[in-house]
Amino acid sequence: MSTFDETTGQVAPIAAVHQRGRGYDGHWALVWQKFLRHRLGVAGGIVVILAYIVALIPEFLAPVTLEAYNPSYSYAPPQAIQWGRDDGEGWRFLPHVTAYKTEIDYNSGRRLFVPDPETVIPIGFFVQGEPYRLLGLIPTDRHLFGAVEAGQPFFLAGADRLGRDILSRTIYGTRISMTIGLIGVALSLVFGILIGGISGLFGGVVDNLIQRFIEFIQSVPAIPLWIGLAAAIPQSVPPLQVYFLITIILSVLGWTSLARVVRGRFLAMRSEDFVKAARLDGCGPVRIIFRHMLPSFLSHIIATVSLAIPGMILAETALSYLGIGLRTPIVSWGVLLQEAQNVRTIASAPWLLLPGGAVVIAVLALNFLGDGLRDAADPYSD
Amino acid sequence: MDNLVEIRDLTITFAHSVDVVTGLDLDIPAGKTLCLVGESGCGKSVTAKAILQVIDHPGRVSGGAINLRQANGAVLDIAATKPTSPVMRHVRGADIAMIHQEPMSFLSPLYTIGNQISEALTLHRKMSEKEARAEGIRMLEQVGMPDPERRYDSYTFQLSGGQRQRAMIAMALINQPRLLIADEPTTALDVTTQANILDLLAQLQRDSGMAVLFITHDLGVVAEIADEVAVMYLGKIVERGPVKEVLEHPRHPYTRGLLASMPRLDGDFKAPLKAIPGMVPPPALRPTGCSFHPRCEWAVAGFCNMISVLETELGNDHMVACHAYGPQAAKIDKHATRTPAAVAPAERRAESMEPLLSVRDLHKHFPIRSGFFQRQTGAVRAVNDISLDIYPGETLGLVGESGCGKSTLGQTIVGLHRADGGAIRFADGEHEPADLLTARGATAKRLRTDIRMIFQDPTGSLNPRMRVRDIIGEVLQVNSRFSAGEIEAKVQALLSKVGLSPDYAERYPHAFSGGQRQRIAIARALASDPRLVIADEAVSALDVSVQTQIINMMKSLQAEMGLTYLFVSHDLGVIANISDRVAVMYAGRIVEIGSTEAIFRNPRHPYTEALLAAIPGRGVSKPRDRIRLGGHVPDPSQQLVGCSFADRCQYAQPACRAVMPPLEGTADHRFACIRADELRLRTVTGQPELVGA
Amino acid sequence: MGSFMLRRIIYVIPALIAVSLISFLVIAIPPGDFVTRTAELRAAQGDIMPIAEQDAMRRAYGLDLPIMVQYWNWITGVLTRGDFGYSFSFNLPVKDVIWPRLGLTVVLSVASLLFIWVVAIPIGIYSAVRRYSAGDYLATFLGFLGLAIPNFLLALAVMYVAFAWFGMNVGGLFSPEYLEAPWSWDRVLDLLNHLWLPMIVLGTAGTASVIRVIRANLMDELHKPYVTAARAKGKGEFGLLMKYPVRHALNPFVSGQNDIFVEIVSGGTIVAIVMGLQTTGPLLLDALRTQDMYMAASFILMLSVLVVIGTLLSDLLLAWLDPRIRYQQG
Ligand SMILES: Nc1ncnc2c1ncn2[C@@H]1O[C@H](COP(=O)(O)OP(=O)(O)O)[C@@H](O)[C@H]1O
Ligand code: SF4
Ligand code: SF4
Ligand SMILES: [Mg+2]
Repeated sequence: MSTFDETTGQVAPIAAVHQRGRGYDGHWALVWQKFLRHRLGVAGGIVVILAYIVALIPEFLAPVTLEAYNPSYSYAPPQAIQWGRDDGEGWRFLPHVTAYKTEIDYNSGRRLFVPDPETVIPIGFFVQGEPYRLLGLIPTDRHLFGAVEAGQPFFLAGADRLGRDILSRTIYGTRISMTIGLIGVALSLVFGILIGGISGLFGGVVDNLIQRFIEFIQSVPAIPLWIGLAAAIPQSVPPLQVYFLITIILSVLGWTSLARVVRGRFLAMRSEDFVKAARLDGCGPVRIIFRHMLPSFLSHIIATVSLAIPGMILAETALSYLGIGLRTPIVSWGVLLQEAQNVRTIASAPWLLLPGGAVVIAVLALNFLGDGLRDAADPYSD
Repeated sequence: MDNLVEIRDLTITFAHSVDVVTGLDLDIPAGKTLCLVGESGCGKSVTAKAILQVIDHPGRVSGGAINLRQANGAVLDIAATKPTSPVMRHVRGADIAMIHQEPMSFLSPLYTIGNQISEALTLHRKMSEKEARAEGIRMLEQVGMPDPERRYDSYTFQLSGGQRQRAMIAMALINQPRLLIADEPTTALDVTTQANILDLLAQLQRDSGMAVLFITHDLGVVAEIADEVAVMYLGKIVERGPVKEVLEHPRHPYTRGLLASMPRLDGDFKAPLKAIPGMVPPPALRPTGCSFHPRCEWAVAGFCNMISVLETELGNDHMVACHAYGPQAAKIDKHATRTPAAVAPAERRAESMEPLLSVRDLHKHFPIRSGFFQRQTGAVRAVNDISLDIYPGETLGLVGESGCGKSTLGQTIVGLHRADGGAIRFADGEHEPADLLTARGATAKRLRTDIRMIFQDPTGSLNPRMRVRDIIGEVLQVNSRFSAGEIEAKVQALLSKVGLSPDYAERYPHAFSGGQRQRIAIARALASDPRLVIADEAVSALDVSVQTQIINMMKSLQAEMGLTYLFVSHDLGVIANISDRVAVMYAGRIVEIGSTEAIFRNPRHPYTEALLAAIPGRGVSKPRDRIRLGGHVPDPSQQLVGCSFADRCQYAQPACRAVMPPLEGTADHRFACIRADELRLRTVTGQPELVGA
Repeated sequence: MGSFMLRRIIYVIPALIAVSLISFLVIAIPPGDFVTRTAELRAAQGDIMPIAEQDAMRRAYGLDLPIMVQYWNWITGVLTRGDFGYSFSFNLPVKDVIWPRLGLTVVLSVASLLFIWVVAIPIGIYSAVRRYSAGDYLATFLGFLGLAIPNFLLALAVMYVAFAWFGMNVGGLFSPEYLEAPWSWDRVLDLLNHLWLPMIVLGTAGTASVIRVIRANLMDELHKPYVTAARAKGKGEFGLLMKYPVRHALNPFVSGQNDIFVEIVSGGTIVAIVMGLQTTGPLLLDALRTQDMYMAASFILMLSVLVVIGTLLSDLLLAWLDPRIRYQQG
């Protein structure tokens, strides 16, 4: 509490009262403390970090490479892991899966996969497999887990039409899906900060024009326009360029909300007393922007960005699913979902929807994270 | 039970079982006005809300009784009644009504005031819409709303502050409640409007015979309106009695402290004020024993901080809760005083002295823009042809109703606005005189460090993301060639100067209370050793006792550092106490300027007279002696011919509207009224008196 | 109010012009056109189309004119004659194809919007009033989930469940026997029978976001002084809730409805493709793939017009609800 010291005539600070650190904590420390109190936000943050780790080293995490396929395992269901095996001399610890035998069901004319208990496929951690370069640098052939003997069928999450491992492909898909959001948002951010900043800085007619323009763009139905733009990309364009074109298309409409946030903050901040005080202290515009204004809305921008990424991920997934977004050989969750084109396919191989699960988890986690960050962005109000 | 309401042992608890009000006893007598006084955070508002059972979540009444004598004589314990029960609903609005500080937020902007007024009526009485409307309009008329028929269908945002307050009073009184709870109803208003609303409440109370529980922190208002007073500190009543008794013979050290920290308008304006040290602690940290002991000058260690106080009756219905009047009174020395910080009298300016700052014909017009292309369609003449001088070492007070251009003038001088015309000359005697409006380069830099500003809101004016050291030191970092070490040392010295510990330099603003933040803001203003400091309502956002602490500190810093102040305030008491000279502003112009004595004891402009008359608690009770201003400040976008005060001036004559009266008079006392010589205006004490001019 | 409405309506005009231009340019500017696409297709079948024939075809379709002339011809046709141009791939005037599709799109979009309101408003109010109750947590969680599941995935999941568990082949807006039938009472019933599933799929994301908006706004409003004031007047809790906080929270909600509507129209495209609905979506995609220019441009134009009209309606509704807008800007 505040006490008055009669001898010195000093009033002690009331830090203890406010219980927000001891008054020695700066902005980012307070943001961090407040964020930590947002449980879902923290959980979301952890999942997001994990997802980006996966995006960084899918070669190591996936049991097999993207190209690996096994035609006789077309639409094979997931294999169950068994921990041990009774080989006649008693139970032995031996993590493994079993291979499938195929039988034709003559009634329905469908191929059935029946586990073949005789063909044991031992599995383990840090197994040897296809060689690759970790992070594009370190040559190795170790994979986090997989069949001990490379090339043996190992389909933890089932296989697709060509007999490719859905799990591995989903892990590889993380790279594109998670980054397309990041790059799209980064592009939007550049547009948004630039245009929002101009709007907020100049005000008047410029601001008015930009605001009307933004309103207009926001009222155009995004997906038909996206579809239109994406469909306009000729088939002959190489996949990598398609990737960049798609991010540009996504950010063409995505920058508007960021621009609004930036402008709103800018205007609000311009009339804050502490900015006026800084002007009176003799700070020039550059110092005011970078020392006084930017730090104040940086946390808000970070929150807005993290809330904008999921939209991009969802859009990319949808476009690719429709076949007008990314295309093979680039692998994203949306591209993988193309396999699940119709209900009959899904009904016979529901595991094809696994990449969809990845999308939901990623989007959910990003939303939680963004929510937590938004709450924490202004740690001075409770 | 003679009283309308008797509160016994009331306890109100918030989250984490913090008791905000503890064992409060209070009687509200029927047909009288009881004032509840205390600094903010003492629990006045929650007590009031408890009577209506409308405390905000998570607060709740956790003990005690609130006994209401109902119209039929039966006694209802409100504390034991379910908040959502029909009985309670019937009490609300019909028996007890409430008005509030902020009518803008207390009335919904989505419904007309008529809708909200008649709602109060139809909730308790069966009547047709037409009858309710007629009744509502009659009520609006009764509270003095101009053009009630039309206003009935207005929305809050179409009304002025005073009109909103009238609408809210009409809404509260339409069911003729027996108790009106008024929670700081005039705090957010201008003095002139406040005077009108206080008159209205007093008259309504007389006419209807209802009881009023009036909450305020302003003892002037208490003197104006109360029959009885209860002083509250940290959730308890510490002194209670008839208004004359309590204000003239205050017993409790807290009451005495509040009175001593109030600027006085009789006698010597400039007599140093005695502040209560420290501030109200949050309820969670309520001190043991007598909760006032950390701030009490009589406190006896080992006694006051250990033993809880009991109420003592002193006769004349006067009660006090302090050991000094209890059974162990002998232990306490009632003459123990902390001497107020000695304030060296500021040296008076010599007649021949050059002004430090001379403002000449200054104009600042804000363009009004509209339409898509933001074309200018008019201008707000916020500062309209102002000339004034500020002399070295003095304090020039600047008063006027809100919206008259005080802040714009101050901000134009420091350079936050670009002036539209005129000149501001700064002559410190050491350097060549410079014109603020045209200075560039090194001169501009010097002027920036010579003229500094303190803002009203100490929270908004400190960047929450910077350490105190950087906030205070920034002006030195930008403008001087001091090394980091020198700046550090300087910041520490400044902190001790403003009464804070030097090691707070490492902390961030959120660690400090409002008063402490204002000290930091002052330290920032003083960091560059300025000559002139412009304080824009620098103490208005603070509680009385903290306000006095800051005023005293500013005075002693002035003497110590030879500062010159331009002190902007709407509070005439504060202005009288701190200023050597006072300028009165109206609608963008100076209408009167002169020494504090002259302005308060010999006002020559009718607007000054009206402002003085509006100060509450000056003991002027005869209504015919009252001067009240109707209407409001003219629309500043209108180009006026003649005296801009003419619409509200009771002495206005046709000639007043012909030409703009010039600012004339002696060098020491100038005024802009063409009838100044014939009028005998009343002074601050309400007497028509002329002190040697 | 009158002048406010008028100005708001006039303001729509430049937006419509811009929308029409963008719709057209998006289709017309990228390299290639219907003729090249046809030639490619035929080439794939081993049938090389001579350049002369291609040029003749271009001339016949007016594709050899400068883009702005093409736009001018198209838009004047739309405005003066209601003629949206010719669909190359259908060999029909676009207007014969577009109107029924557009009608169903409107029906579906409005149905989804109503679904969102009916479900989300009560849940949002409940969530705010009973904050931190089990029901609130459930609503919040479902809300997040609703936002995270892509529309088309939800559509797939719903269709999968219906097919695998109930043996139903859901999809489309009509049963086969009514697909080409003229409008009749039975056909309407059949439509309603099919409509609810896409309506829910399309409304999920919107429902989630409306619940969040209402909850957040209402929580702000619940403790405003005017609520205390009304309570102090003796108003009952339910009437109080409805007249003040809910009514106040409605304003930001209404101004957000426009975005939701854009989302519905926008997302409806994909859901329609996945679920094979007879709305604009699938045809738009086909038209884009085959570069059936007028058809695609007309679809995008009409969807945008739909959205612009929605914006206008929500603005007018907002002005009607909020006197501050009516009196201060109008
Ligand atoms: N809704 C609330 N939640 C928590 N504490 C509150 C709330 N309302 C008031 N308080 C606390 O109750 C105390 C008294 O408040 P109040 O009655 O407003 O004082 P006053 O009217 O004297 O200014 C203060 O410490 C304040 O922080
Ligand atoms: S009891 Fe002691 S500390 Fe409390 S007011 Fe009286 S003298 Fe001061
Ligand atoms: S000039 Fe006339 S109207 Fe103005 S203040 Fe003097 S008497 Fe009043
Ligand atoms: Mg209060």
